[in-house]
Amino acid sequence: MDTTHLQRQAAFVRKNLFDQGYLDEQFIQLEELQDDANPNFVEEIVTLFYNDSARLIRNIELALENSPPDFARLDDSMHQFKGSSSSIGAKKVKKECTQFQEYCNAANAQGCIRTFQQVKQELVILRRKLETYFQLARQTA
Amino acid sequence: MNLGCGQAVESMSMPSSSVSCKSGDGVSDQFPVGLRVLLVDDDPTCLLILEKMLRNCLYEVTKCNRAEIALSLLRENRNGFDIVISDVHMPDMDGFKLLEYVGLEMDLPVIMMSADDGKNVVMKGITHGACDYLIKPVRIEALRNIWQHVVRKKRHEWKDAEQVGSVEDGERQQKLAEDADYSSSANESNWRNSKRRRDEEEDAEERDDTCTMKKPRVVWSVELHQQFVAAVNQLGIDKAVPKKILEMMSVPGLTRENVASHLQKYRLYLRRLSGVSQHQGGLNNSFMGPPEATFGSMSSFNGLDLQALAATGQLPAQSLATLQAAAYGRSTSKSAIPMPLVDQRNLFSFETPKLRCGEGQQQQPNNNNSKQLNLLHGIPTNMEPKQLVSLHQSAQSFGGMNMQVNTHGSQSNSLLSRTQMLNETSDGHVSRLQSSTGQPIMSTGCAIGVLAQNNNARGPLYIPVSIASSTPDFSVNNDTDLSGSSFPLGSNAGMSTFSSKGVLQEEFNSETKGSRGSLLSYDILNELHQQKSHVWGSQNVGLTYDASQHANIRGSLDVSPSVLVQQGFSSFQNVGQNRNAVSKAVFSARQESGHGNAPNFSRQLNTFLVDSSPSVKAERLPDSSYQNILFPEQFSQEDLMSVLLKQQQEGTGLVESEFGFDGHPLDNLPV
Repeated sequence: MDTTHLQRQAAFVRKNLFDQGYLDEQFIQLEELQDDANPNFVEEIVTLFYNDSARLIRNIELALENSPPDFARLDDSMHQFKGSSSSIGAKKVKKECTQFQEYCNAANAQGCIRTFQQVKQELVILRRKLETYFQLARQTA
Repeated sequence: MNLGCGQAVESMSMPSSSVSCKSGDGVSDQFPVGLRVLLVDDDPTCLLILEKMLRNCLYEVTKCNRAEIALSLLRENRNGFDIVISDVHMPDMDGFKLLEYVGLEMDLPVIMMSADDGKNVVMKGITHGACDYLIKPVRIEALRNIWQHVVRKKRHEWKDAEQVGSVEDGERQQKLAEDADYSSSANESNWRNSKRRRDEEEDAEERDDTCTMKKPRVVWSVELHQQFVAAVNQLGIDKAVPKKILEMMSVPGLTRENVASHLQKYRLYLRRLSGVSQHQGGLNNSFMGPPEATFGSMSSFNGLDLQALAATGQLPAQSLATLQAAAYGRSTSKSAIPMPLVDQRNLFSFETPKLRCGEGQQQQPNNNNSKQLNLLHGIPTNMEPKQLVSLHQSAQSFGGMNMQVNTHGSQSNSLLSRTQMLNETSDGHVSRLQSSTGQPIMSTGCAIGVLAQNNNARGPLYIPVSIASSTPDFSVNNDTDLSGSSFPLGSNAGMSTFSSKGVLQEEFNSETKGSRGSLLSYDILNELHQQKSHVWGSQNVGLTYDASQHANIRGSLDVSPSVLVQQGFSSFQNVGQNRNAVSKAVFSARQESGHGNAPNFSRQLNTFLVDSSPSVKAERLPDSSYQNILFPEQFSQEDLMSVLLKQQQEGTGLVESEFGFDGHPLDNLPV
């Protein structure tokens, strides 16, 4: 494909991510940090995030295994994860995290478990979309 | 996508001028380029993003993901950073705790960050002294202006230094005063300031300048601090506003900002103190500063002198001077200031309530001492002899407690604080002391304050507490022995100036009579006395306690005390770390000595008291030497300062751990 086509595709994918609420303004902040010296900065950050998120997700999973779970600890773990995902602009993921924390405050274990599934799901969806985008972006660079 | 900041300078080497700025060549046009930022966040994603943002702002960034690493970096490079940005939630250490440490030890501006934007959390950041609070995710625009906090802080310091400097009567005095530590949260920073100035005058200043005007830091000397505390007490800690304080102080050249920043530190200090020693409750005086200074000078007193003091009922200015001199490690011969043994009694009764509170926790073996405790704290040099006495007594009791503080050699401080307490029984303000003394009791007090401060920084502020608490043990002595003993019981506490000797004796005497606890205190007192009467004055406040511990050993006290003494010693040595140990040692010593050594003590004490030990080095004292024990005595203010400073540097954490204090008393402090 010619570059222009790829570029347009990349732009389209990117726009969709924002329009559909997968990404927010913070992602643009990351993009603005990218420059000639760090041409793949955004992708590097996203990769780092996903690698690190595995650890945080695991923490939550372990905490959820207890019955009843330690809601304070759950809230704390989720708080960490939420901070991390918000730093890359993962809007939908962040929303689910907030929901999860609300269930924690309400000491609703079931709600927490359900929401946590949502969190993981959104994480996966976002990852796929971003991978597509980065691929296109790299090709057009 | 390009950087908003402009070129992405990977190496950040560009602002050479700004870098040189750091070395102190004044404000450069490049500022804030090259601002040295320490970034602390356990989240690697955030850490990387923030680092990149800061780099894009042309700042020099050092990142770390653990608070402990950050602290050690800061400690190793005292002037290596301009500002710290830290996350609130971190696994190894709470961000607020780090904030406190940095504020106390390095006095750098700290910005807190968190995804949590709840009002409570933000408020917590403010009360803990954060200069700003950023909500995550952080945008680069928010980081671009962080340099303002650096400039603001420096301006305050300079302004203060400039103005206060002119008010001070002598650099040395200033330095000493600073070192003396006014027992306010500001002390730490003051210390730092003074220390820096002293040790690396130019460098310090240059460093401080950090690209801004080079001005000396405000020197909150003992006197100045005393005035400040007096004003605050008069207005009421809650109603004290910088403007009014400034008016009341009427110090030419002092600005409202100077007062405001000092007030903030003072408040933090008080908070910390109350947190540390909840029982103290009314320890407003924890501000051990100045009043204690006078005590320092007292150190020169011999027990005999103390009595004279007591007789006089008030420390005349000259006595204060003496104390000061003592505090400063000068000739302590000022026996002129007799320890108000007699007064001690008065002091005690008066003060007791106060001290008791604080002390109660520590050791309440002697309720009678409680009185003492109070007194001891505030043992303001001005204090009437009796006050001193009481101070001593309290100091003694505190000894255990204070020991901590004293470790630094700020024994005098503890005394001072006690004195303060004494004086202020009513309001627990040192102001009394301050006003009365007018002299740099502060030196002693300062030392104590300093110590106290240190302690505070680290963990519970023991200084004040100890003083109060120590009373229990000492109080016993106070009443009974006041008349008899030549030394001012206060010697234990910081009253050392007086006559640490005198006090000791008193205390000892009373102690023996008193409960077991008193014995201990007595012992301690003995030690203290023995060590040096003069030592007390200046810095020994803290030391006195320790001294007493040791003293115990000396006297008829048996080995046990000696053992304790040793402990105390070690604490001295590691002022920072040992503070706790010392106090512990003291307490233990007390208890031990309590067993039937009492009678001997008094006698011995007297003997000891008469001794005039050489100035104690505030620096770590080797355990072995007796001198070491006397630590307090030998402490000159400078020594104390250096010791304290050292402590701070060493590892504030020690104190905390020892006492089991979580260095976060702020939250519960009923300030």
